[in-house]
Amino acid sequence: MAKTYEEINEKIRKGQAVVLTAEEVVALGREKGAGHVAETVDVVTTGTFGPMCSSGAFLNFGHSDPPIKMQKVWINDVPVFAGLAAVDAYIGATELSEKVGFDYGGGHLIEDLIAGKTLTLRAVSYGTDCYPRREIETEISLESINQAFLFNPRNAYQNYNVAVNSSDRALNTYMGILLPNLGNATYSTSGELSPLLNDPLYRTIGIGTKIFLGGAQGFVAWEGTQHNPKQARGDNGEPLAPAGTLSLIGDMKSMSTRYIRGAYYYKYGISMFVGVGIPIPILDEEMARFVCTGNDEIFATAVDYSVETRAKPSFGRFSYAELRSGKITVNGKEIQTAPLSSLKRAREIAGVLKGWIEGGQFTLTAPVRPLAGDCSFKPLNIVPPKAEAVSS
Amino acid sequence: MAQQRVVLTFQRWQLDQPITYRLVKDFDLVTNILQAKVTPDEGRMSLELSGLEQNIEQGIKWLKEQQVIVYPLATGLSVEKDSCVDCGACTAVCPTGALEFDKDWTLNYEEDRCILCLACVPACPVRAIQERE
Repeated sequence: MAKTYEEINEKIRKGQAVVLTAEEVVALGREKGAGHVAETVDVVTTGTFGPMCSSGAFLNFGHSDPPIKMQKVWINDVPVFAGLAAVDAYIGATELSEKVGFDYGGGHLIEDLIAGKTLTLRAVSYGTDCYPRREIETEISLESINQAFLFNPRNAYQNYNVAVNSSDRALNTYMGILLPNLGNATYSTSGELSPLLNDPLYRTIGIGTKIFLGGAQGFVAWEGTQHNPKQARGDNGEPLAPAGTLSLIGDMKSMSTRYIRGAYYYKYGISMFVGVGIPIPILDEEMARFVCTGNDEIFATAVDYSVETRAKPSFGRFSYAELRSGKITVNGKEIQTAPLSSLKRAREIAGVLKGWIEGGQFTLTAPVRPLAGDCSFKPLNIVPPKAEAVSS
Repeated sequence: MAQQRVVLTFQRWQLDQPITYRLVKDFDLVTNILQAKVTPDEGRMSLELSGLEQNIEQGIKWLKEQQVIVYPLATGLSVEKDSCVDCGACTAVCPTGALEFDKDWTLNYEEDRCILCLACVPACPVRAIQERE
């Protein structure tokens, strides 16, 4: 029996909606079947809390007196992009401090802003008739500035690699420290709890979908960068390697540092933990089947990070049930597995979102437009630039 | 006479090297093995080195040239629970299971199993793990 968004929202408003987390619904589906889930469950909440490098924040500082057209800007010695209007800037999560390098960066800056800390803003300019000031140094905080919103180009990757290292030296990567000789394997999704793994074909998650982002309500702005819906998939629709991505937006003034945290990966660089939760409406039995897909039916591909070429050799596929067990067998060797995204906090996010919906504070939105379905993941080919194309 | 306590970690392909012998013979150091564990895959040794300060320095430099991982020996770890996000990056490098998840995926530190190799300290992305002197 099919349900509409409006019927589900009506139940939410009346406090009658049946909401389960993506883990709870797997258990129910195994016991009673997807048909029962389609009939009895209205919404399933998902969650993930992992390092997402392609994240950042737009800020507007307000105008000083006399005003300045900020050309180069630093906050707490972290360069932020200011090639926009006079007092707009973008903090990139992976940017490094010019003073302390790996010890502080964009992710920490965003965390400190959300924490309400006072930060040092410094900017220089060439001065114009309308913006005569040439330099400024002052204090700012989340409260003192006009806008602060996260606008993350790529979050919530639909599946990701399992990282291993077949070389004879340890590798310091964005997938953590990979021990030599297949000494460990790391992975980074919340598996059956992960947003896009619960809507593998993007039927309900699209542009305009209202979500949990960093502790606040946010939205899906666009498909994420590197969105690759054509990735190879299993019969259940789940991709076997990194596939879809989302670009997310949300107001930092309502966020919490419990769900946005700066991170540093040893000798790799700065990143940021982002907490994302997306509600999935159980519109029909197909959606029920998708959310009932469990960790033993979702697979990720093990990739050798010691090979420096873009295409890295694979060591086979492993289910999230195997990865969660703590051991997998690669090349006949039993190796230790470890997650990089927090399952505990992903569960917490799915639980918070469930509470919002049960409490009638959070209704569901149908996508304004679906995510692009025909894009592919293109490589960057190296070709010698033609001299005449370069402006003198 | 100076003294320094260090933890050495070797990979399988380094296990046939007589490391303490070379420290004694080439760097004139007194080596006192506090703890050693060698498995078919890797070896770990807590070592007290005594000798001239510059010899200790040279000896440690030589160890690092041999790609032996050298850490100072600490007395324990502190895991800051307020900073920790229970991600699991530290469990990827912990050789003894001292850092492990409990049933509800909360990170748990079991001091009795910790050999103070300190591999987890740089592995933590939120710097929640510190060496306790």
